[in-house]
Amino acid sequence: MNGPFDAIDAPWWPWVFILVAGWLANDMWRFLGVAFSGRLTEESPVFAYVKAVATALVAGVIAQLILYPTGDLAATSASLRLGAVAIGFAAFRLARHHIFVGVAAGEVAFVAGWWAGI
Amino acid sequence: MPTPTEDPTERSFVRWFAAGMAAFVSLPAFILMAAFTGFGGLAHASGVTLAQAVAMSGLIWALPSMVVLVGAIKAGTPLLATAIAVSLSAVRLMPMTMALVPIVRDERTPKWLLYWISHFIAVTAWVFGMTRLPSLPRPARAPYFLGFCMTLTTVNMGVTAVSWAASAALPPAAAAALVLLTPLYFILSLWRAAERAPTDRMALVIGMAATPVAHRLSPEFTLLITGLVGGTVAFALGRLLERRRRAEAVVGGTAADLPGDLGGTGR
Repeated sequence: MNGPFDAIDAPWWPWVFILVAGWLANDMWRFLGVAFSGRLTEESPVFAYVKAVATALVAGVIAQLILYPTGDLAATSASLRLGAVAIGFAAFRLARHHIFVGVAAGEVAFVAGWWAGI
Repeated sequence: MPTPTEDPTERSFVRWFAAGMAAFVSLPAFILMAAFTGFGGLAHASGVTLAQAVAMSGLIWALPSMVVLVGAIKAGTPLLATAIAVSLSAVRLMPMTMALVPIVRDERTPKWLLYWISHFIAVTAWVFGMTRLPSLPRPARAPYFLGFCMTLTTVNMGVTAVSWAASAALPPAAAAALVLLTPLYFILSLWRAAERAPTDRMALVIGMAATPVAHRLSPEFTLLITGLVGGTVAFALGRLLERRRRAEAVVGGTAADLPGDLGGTGR
């Protein structure tokens, strides 16, 4: 791997990255939440907007993982990955939004497809 | 109840903490562990070391942010852009914390303890806290919640380590299946979490659809683009939808501004 994460050749640099872009980026919101507890509501439009941005961002990560995967998943075909996710989603809907059922169905479909050579 | 004002002793703090630890054995906790298994595999596949992956679990303790961080590292995103993307994926923690703190706190709970507790707030623990704590006596809530949360976090740091190490040894099909766990889990859980929020469902769909386009424009900034553009479009559409519903409701009679009305008739 190379990129900004190990741009600076020092053993502590990735940890700075994790602390700033990981820990601080999360706990600042939690700490602000403690400081302002009871003052703002989840119903306000500002939070509706923030939630939409956060959801779209995570959706982007999901799509990246499926479309441009890494590691062993990169060796599989896009149709296998998309097919497995679609089957998982269909099973999830059929099982009345049961996450475990959906995940299991998607995984089984994926492994079966792998062995079938899709 | 004897001596309600004088110290709920050290002992009762420990006892409630232990009770919270025991509450860890539950379905939501196991679902979360499965998701963390996926994260260990993802971190390994993305070139993140074992120690870094475990530290992310403990320090960040919010899967979406962890996945965004690993994705950004893999895509070669600069530090500042990564921090912004991760922060955007974590803003929801603020309203969640604001809603939970009044439930957890007792008038004697020190501020530092509230800040410490807040670190463990993420979806699973939050739902647990919002549903279980109100039935407990005030002094029991903080230790009980902390017992549950600290167990959940510690166990999942272990799960991260084990799955990271295992994915190095697994046959390729199993390792690939492990990495696929994360996107599968997130699509389904986000879809379900957005049951009453059409805006979030649109954000989910638009964000995914926008990814190939954003990726072509700029691989390093794909996440920021999809988040800001997708979120804004979804929000605008959601407002339009809501306005139209409200207009219809006004004609019906009792309109007012019930936010819960949003999506109530949706599916």
